[in-house]
Amino acid sequence: MNTPLVSLVEAGKSYGSLDALQSMTMSLNEGEVLGLFGHNGAGKTTMMKLILGVISPSRGKVEVMGMAPDSKEAWHCRSKVGYLPENVSFYEQLTGLEVLTYFAKLKGFTRNGAKKQVTDLLEQVGITHAMKRQVKTYSKGMRQRLGLAQAFIGQPKLLLLDEPTVGLDPMATRDFYKTVDQLKSNGSSIILCSHVLPGVEQHIDRAMIMSTGQLLAMGTLKELRQQAALPVAIKPSGLNGSVANDSKLNGFLTGNCPHTLMVPEQEKLTVLRQLLSHDGLDDLHVETANLEQVYQHFLTLHETTRQEQGVQG
Amino acid sequence: MRQILTVANKEFHDGLRNRWLISITLIFALLSIGLTYFGSAASGAVGVASLSTTVASLASLAVFIIPLIALLLSYDSFVGEQESGTLLLLLTYPLSKSQLLLGKFIGQGSIIALATLLGFGASAVLLYFQTGDIDIISSFSLFIFSAILLGLSFTAISYLISLSVSEKSKAAGFALITWFLFALAFDLALLALLVGVEDGISQQGLTQLMMLNPADIFRLVNLAGLDSSDVNGALSVAINASLPQEQLIAALLAWVVLPLTLAIFIFKRKKL
Repeated sequence: MNTPLVSLVEAGKSYGSLDALQSMTMSLNEGEVLGLFGHNGAGKTTMMKLILGVISPSRGKVEVMGMAPDSKEAWHCRSKVGYLPENVSFYEQLTGLEVLTYFAKLKGFTRNGAKKQVTDLLEQVGITHAMKRQVKTYSKGMRQRLGLAQAFIGQPKLLLLDEPTVGLDPMATRDFYKTVDQLKSNGSSIILCSHVLPGVEQHIDRAMIMSTGQLLAMGTLKELRQQAALPVAIKPSGLNGSVANDSKLNGFLTGNCPHTLMVPEQEKLTVLRQLLSHDGLDDLHVETANLEQVYQHFLTLHETTRQEQGVQG
Repeated sequence: MRQILTVANKEFHDGLRNRWLISITLIFALLSIGLTYFGSAASGAVGVASLSTTVASLASLAVFIIPLIALLLSYDSFVGEQESGTLLLLLTYPLSKSQLLLGKFIGQGSIIALATLLGFGASAVLLYFQTGDIDIISSFSLFIFSAILLGLSFTAISYLISLSVSEKSKAAGFALITWFLFALAFDLALLALLVGVEDGISQQGLTQLMMLNPADIFRLVNLAGLDSSDVNGALSVAINASLPQEQLIAALLAWVVLPLTLAIFIFKRKKL
């Protein structure tokens, strides 16, 4: 019963001699939120286009809801897919209301159904007050909200969002993540494509890190942290240099920040106990590696391997 | 079909909103009323000119202006949406490429067709009330019908341009060149062939060559009824060997259908 909603098996796409996406294998389950991270040109957009069925894979297999997304059979599934492209600018001379109505109708809504749907969505993204104004008068954030509303049309089962929070203010970003959580609890699967952004971590089930058309790492944040084996930063305060004199602890001190201990995950508890046994301790700050550090780690690793290969080649 | 109509409806409303419909209609109406009344001024009399002269002068103006308007209206249809990113988005919807293209064609085609009908129709009605001659209606019907086909043909041609380039400014340049080639250069080339090359081309051959240009077919349709003494240039030769009207209309229709089919073909192969 656990067939994935989206699955890629060694799927790749080349434009001429350029491999935009090398062999990619991944799957996305129902109700799962996947974060897709990578620099520009990492192949994120190409992968999204493959899943959307706008382009066909050069090799390998892509399946969405059990069908090849670029095939005729998959046609009716398209109304169940929402997409927010990066840098889209909607019809400037239309009003927000007209833009959304147009897209809702294309998704198969009747005139009345579209009206209801569109009013609700405008309310949800908070631009009801501006719906009768032409899009050209909208600010960047409002345009982004309009784009999001567009992607949410028809309660999609699969959502692909390319840089969804660009241009959104903190309030709108919070609202956006609330919607993501809500869609997720309704069983929608979501792919969030982004540069690594603070705050995204709590909303994704798994992360995927890509570079130059290759998959570098994929898994839950915990798995990725373990794979990366990044140390935990522990900042005690009130010890006044007694750490440096403690032979069990001073090995973890690093040169550039003298009051922070960089401790491998598995020794975290031992070190903490040791610290707690010091009398002077009045506060303790424990920081596990965040997504950004994990991302940086995999990227640097990839760069180094590539350079080494380059030297050998 | 519903998808096609949704797109057509949007394009049509864009045409209304951008004042395309009203401006084209006005241009056509002013031109045709003006020509109807003052067309014979050159021969010394102001007043309603003879029917065939009126239609002939309208046709020779329309042949320049209709292609230009059609190209202007539609050159950025696809490349414009591609630049703003909505083309990619639309294609992730349950909307096929041919549906999108046909929808746009119906929407923008309606703008051109309606403007032609209203603009030129106005002077037909005016003439009819002045003279009460029923012939006016029939010759104007043919003129308006062929003018609509000419407009649709150039709409389809501009889709070809819009789908083949990747920048809006390039599309504008190509549209201008296309207009120049079809409306001006083609005839000059034919004339050169006729005059410059001795025994180069037969009457029959010339007429056949003219089928390669929708603007010339339009001219033939509307000038065929005239005495060849009224018409100069390559056209007068062609008129003597003229084809039946049905064939000319069919050729003009082919100039709508073929570019449109080719445009769908190009769209389907277009890399996004």
